[in-house]
Amino acid sequence: MQFMLLFSRQGKLRLQKWYVPLSDKEKKKITRELVQTVLARKPKMCSFLEWRDLKIVYKRYASLYFCCAIEDQDNELITLEIIHRYVELLDKYFGSVCELDIIFNFEKAYFILDEFLLGGEVQETSKKNVLKAIEQADLLQEVFFLCCLTKAIGCLGEVWEGS
Amino acid sequence: MPAVSKGDGMRGLAVFISDIRNCKSKEAEIKRINKELANIRSKFKGDKALDGYSKKKYVCKLLFIFLLGHDIDFGHMEAVNLLSSNKYTEKQIGYLFISVLVNSNSELIRLINNAIKNDLASRNPTFMCLALHCIANVGSREMGEAFAADIPRILVAGDSMDSVKQSAALCLLRLYKASPDLVPMGEWTARVVHLLNDQHMGVVTAAVSLITCLCKKNPDDFKTCISLAVSRLSRIVSSASTDLQDYTYYFVPAPWLSVKLLRLLQCYPPPEDAAVKGRLVECLETVLNKAQEPPKSKKVQHSNAKNAILFETISLIIHYDSEPNLLVRACNQLGQFLQHRETNLRYLALESMCTLASSEFSHEAVKTHIDTVINALKTERDVSVRQRAADLLYAMCDRSNAKQIVSEMLRYLETADYAIREEIVLKVAILAEKYAVDYSWYVDTILNLIRIAGDYVSEEVWYRVLQIVTNRDDVQGYAAKTVFEALQAPACHENMVKVGGYILGEFGNLIAGDPRSSPPVQFSLLHSKFHLCSVATRALLLSTYIKFINLFPETKATIQGVLRAGSQLRNADVELQQRAVEYLTLSSVASTDVLATVLEEMPPFPERESSILAKLKRKKGPGAGSALDDGRRDPSSNDVNGGVEPTPSTVSTPSPSADLLGLRAAPPPAAPPATSGAGNLLVDVFSDGPAAQPSLGPTPEEAFLSELEPPAPESPMALLADPAPAADPGPEDIGPPIPEADELLNKFVCKNNGVLFENQLLQIGVKSEFRQNLGRMYLFYGNKTSVQFQNFSPTVVHPGDLQTQLAVQTKRVAAQVDGGAQVQQVLNIECLRDFLTPPLLSVRFRYGGAPQSLTLKLPVTINKFFQPTEMAAQDFFQRWKQLSLPQQEAQKIFKANHPMDAEVTKAKLLGFGSALLDNVDPNPENFVGAGIIQTKALQVGCLLRLEPNAQAQMYRLTLRTSKEPVSRHLCELLAQQF
Repeated sequence: MQFMLLFSRQGKLRLQKWYVPLSDKEKKKITRELVQTVLARKPKMCSFLEWRDLKIVYKRYASLYFCCAIEDQDNELITLEIIHRYVELLDKYFGSVCELDIIFNFEKAYFILDEFLLGGEVQETSKKNVLKAIEQADLLQEVFFLCCLTKAIGCLGEVWEGS
Repeated sequence: MPAVSKGDGMRGLAVFISDIRNCKSKEAEIKRINKELANIRSKFKGDKALDGYSKKKYVCKLLFIFLLGHDIDFGHMEAVNLLSSNKYTEKQIGYLFISVLVNSNSELIRLINNAIKNDLASRNPTFMCLALHCIANVGSREMGEAFAADIPRILVAGDSMDSVKQSAALCLLRLYKASPDLVPMGEWTARVVHLLNDQHMGVVTAAVSLITCLCKKNPDDFKTCISLAVSRLSRIVSSASTDLQDYTYYFVPAPWLSVKLLRLLQCYPPPEDAAVKGRLVECLETVLNKAQEPPKSKKVQHSNAKNAILFETISLIIHYDSEPNLLVRACNQLGQFLQHRETNLRYLALESMCTLASSEFSHEAVKTHIDTVINALKTERDVSVRQRAADLLYAMCDRSNAKQIVSEMLRYLETADYAIREEIVLKVAILAEKYAVDYSWYVDTILNLIRIAGDYVSEEVWYRVLQIVTNRDDVQGYAAKTVFEALQAPACHENMVKVGGYILGEFGNLIAGDPRSSPPVQFSLLHSKFHLCSVATRALLLSTYIKFINLFPETKATIQGVLRAGSQLRNADVELQQRAVEYLTLSSVASTDVLATVLEEMPPFPERESSILAKLKRKKGPGAGSALDDGRRDPSSNDVNGGVEPTPSTVSTPSPSADLLGLRAAPPPAAPPATSGAGNLLVDVFSDGPAAQPSLGPTPEEAFLSELEPPAPESPMALLADPAPAADPGPEDIGPPIPEADELLNKFVCKNNGVLFENQLLQIGVKSEFRQNLGRMYLFYGNKTSVQFQNFSPTVVHPGDLQTQLAVQTKRVAAQVDGGAQVQQVLNIECLRDFLTPPLLSVRFRYGGAPQSLTLKLPVTINKFFQPTEMAAQDFFQRWKQLSLPQQEAQKIFKANHPMDAEVTKAKLLGFGSALLDNVDPNPENFVGAGIIQTKALQVGCLLRLEPNAQAQMYRLTLRTSKEPVSRHLCELLAQQF
C-alpha cells in the first residue's frame, strides 16, 4: 500500500498515512485530487478505480471515507477488508467510534494504525493482538505514572513483563 | 476497554480542537492557529523549563496544526526531547511527531537516531516496537544507514518477542524498498525463510511480505520458500473455519496471509518438485471448489475475504499459464461474476478476464462471454466498470469477432466519457488495422472515428490511415470516394479535412471520371473548408492544390488564382506565404514533365510496427503488454497484415528499444526513412512544424523541394544546426568525468536504453534512438531522496573538436527536482562527421544546501550512426579486398571477459549496429558484419569480422573501413564488449 487517507464528506482530511517518500507539496496535490475524485462518485459505484498508475480502493463509513492507494499487483478485495478491520479496531477501542473520536484523538488513531499496518503491509490481523498491544501501552503509562511517583523506575521491566 | 478520557487526556488539546471546529470561516481558523502558534513559540522559548506533559501537549497541538495542512517550522527539538522521556505517552507522541514531520536537519537526525538506538537496545518490547515503527514510518536513507544492519539481527534473534519480530520484518522491508544496497544479505536470510513455519500467525503474516520483496530481487537465494509457502497455504486452506481462532475473519481462515502466500508463489514458476506441485494444485482446486459452496455468512466481509483469496488464486493460475483445466475453471468462475449483483465483483472479473484472454488455453473460453461484456459496456452505470469492459473487448478481439467488437466500441465512443475517449480511439484504430480483411472496412472505421470523436483522433491515427492507403493500391479508389463523400458534410472535423486533402491530392484522379466528383468539384469542395482550418491544415491543403495542378491540368488556372490571391501571397504566416509563393512559381516555370516528376505519387512507406500501438503502450505503460498482445496466439494474421503486427518480443517489452532492434534487423528501407513517419520516438520530431506535413515528405525529388523550402523555424533540423549556446558552457567550467565514466559508457555501446548512472542521490536513465545521422535521446533524472534538488542544471559539453563533429541540442529542464520525482530532458543529436570522443554530460545541483556536481560521458558513440547493410558473400569479399590498405584495417586479439555464447555475441553485434551476414565466412563459428556510418558530411563503409576461439577463450576482431581512425576506434569500442 502506498498511502491511506481518511476524509469527511465535506472533504476535510482526518488522517493521512504515507508509506512512500513524497514531498509535502505532492502529498497535498494528491490529497486534493483524490478527495475530489472520490467525493464525486455515486454511492452504488464500485469501490475501485484506476488513478495515475495506482489502484484506489475506498469505502465510506457514515460520514467518513477511507481511501487506500495500492499498487498494480495488489489485491483490491483484501484491501477493502484492511479498511474494514481498521474500522473494527477503532470501534472496539473507542466504543462505537464516530468521526469526532478520530478528530479529538487523532494520535490514538495513528497508534492503532501502526500496530495493524507497518510500512504499508499488514502486520497483525488478529483484533485481539492489536488491541492487546494498545492496551499494554495504555497500561504501561499508568504503571509509569506510579513508578515515577515512587521514583522506582528500576523495577519497570519486571512490572511490565509480569503484567 | 480503556475509556478515551484516560489519564493521558490532554485538556488543552481538546479545547484547541474544539475552538478550531467552531471557527466559522477559514480566516477565523487561520487567526486562531496563528494565535496558538505564537503561544507555543513563546512557551518553547520562555525561561521556565517546560514539564514533560506540557511539552507533549504543545507538540501534539503542532502536529494537529500540521495535519490541518499548515506549515510547521519549529518544535522539532522539543519532539526529539520527548523521545528520551521516561513516560511512555510522551515518548509515543515524540515518535509520532518525528514520523509525520521528519526533517533532514542533520543535527536532529543524529539525536533521533540516538534515541532510537537506546530504545532498540532497551530489551523492552514495547519500546523496541515504537522505535521500529518510527524507522519504518520514516524509512529514509539516513535511518537505513544507521539501522539496516541491526534489524536483521533483531528479526531472527531467538529471544525476540513475536510483536518485535513482526515490526522488525516490516521495518526491514521498508528499508529494503528504499535502499536495497544498505541491507546486507547473510545467514539471516535462511532463517527468515523459516519464519514461514512460525507458530505465531502474525509473525508469518509479516514475514511473508518481507520474503516476497526479497525474493523478487534474489529468486535463487529464496527458492526454499516455495515448499514452505505451499505447505502453509495448504494447512490454511484445508482448515475448518474456526481452527485459526482470531485469525479467522468472518468464517474465512487467515485471508490476509493466504493472499500474501499466493502472491509470494507468483514470484516463481510452478514448483518443480512433483509432490509440492500436486499439493499446490490441490489447494488451488479447493479454493475454486469453495467458491461454489453456499456462503457461511451473508455479510459482505465474508464474501470479500473469500473472493480476495479466489482472485489471488486465479492470478496464480494465470501466472503459471500451464494448467488448461484450471484456466478454464477460472474463466468459468469469472464468467459467473460478470453478472453478479456486486459491482466490485463485476469490475474485478472483467479486469481478471483481460489477462486470461491472452492465454492460449483460455482465450476461447473468454470469447464465449462476449455478449455479457458488450452488455456491460452498454449498461454499466459506473465509468470505471465500463472502461474495464472496453479493455476486455480489446483483449478478447481476434479475427473472428473483430467486426462486432469494433462496431460496439464505435457505438460506445459516441457516449463515452471524455477521459477515456482517446484510448478507445487508439484501440479501435489498432483493432481495425490488425484484423482488417478488406481495407475498405478499415478506411470506413477510421473515418467513422474521425466523425464521431475527431478531437480525440491523434496524429498517429490519421498518419497511419494515410500510410496504409498509400501502400495498398486496392483501397486507394475506395478511400478517395469515401473521403469525398465524408467531406460533403456541412460541418466536418478538421482531421477529416486533413485526411481528405491528402488522399484527394494523391488519388483524386481515381474518382475524377465521375462528373459528380470531377476535378473542379473536388477542388471547390476542399477549398470551401480552407478558411475554417488551422495553419497546419491550410499548409497541407496548399500542397494538395499543387498536386492537383499536376493531376488535373484543367484546374491550373483556378488554383494559380487562389495561390496568387493576396491572402496567400502576403499571408502573415511565413509557412503559408512561402508555400504559396513557391508553389505558384513552380507551377508557372516548371515544364509538365518536371512537374510530373516533382509531384509524383508518394512512394510506399516502409512497413513496421504501428505508431498507434506504440502510443497506446506509452499511455498505458509497461504491464499493458498482456492486454495488447494477441499476435502471439494468432500467428496466421501475420500473413495479411504483416508489417503491422507486433512480434511477441516487442509486446513483452513495450520499451522503444525493442522496436528499434526490430528496425535494425530489417533490411534498409527503400525510401529515405527520415520522414517515413510512423512509430517510435522520432515521429514527433517530424510532426512538430508545418514543414513536416506528410504530403511534403520524402518524394524522390527531395533535394529539389528542399531547395525551394528552407525548414520552418520549428523544424528539428534548424534546431539541430544551431545548438543553444546558453546550454553549452565551455569545458573549463566542468570537472573531469568521474572515474567510472568509461565503464558506464561501455555499457551503452551495444544498447540504447538503461540506467546510465546511479548513486545515493540521483539516478540517470537513458532512452535513445538513432536513425541515419540523427538521434534523439531522453535523459531521465530521478531524485532518490525525499528532499528537493535546487539549481538543477544538466548540460552537454563538447570537448576539443567535437563541436564541429557532433551537434547536440538540449532542452532546458526545471531547476527544481522534488524529492522522489523525475525530470526528463530531451537531446536532439546530429552527427556532422566522424568523431572519436563522446560529449560530456555535466550535472550540477544543490542538495540540502551543498553543491553537487558530476560529469559523465554521454553514451553517444560513432557506432550509433551505423546503418546495417545486407550483402551477398561475393560482394562482401569484393569490398573486403578493396579496403586492403594497411591503415584501413584495425585488428585486435583479446581474451574473453564474458562467457562465450554465440547468441549473446550475435545480439551484441546487432546492438552495435552492423548487419550480420550469414553464410559469408566459411567458418560458421565466425561472425561477419557490414554497415555504413552515416554522418552529415560523409558516409563511412565498415566491414567487420569476429573470430571466437572457444578453446583459448580468445577473440580476434578485424575491422576495415574507408577511414583509418574510424577503424581503430570501432575496433576498440567493440573489443571491450566481449
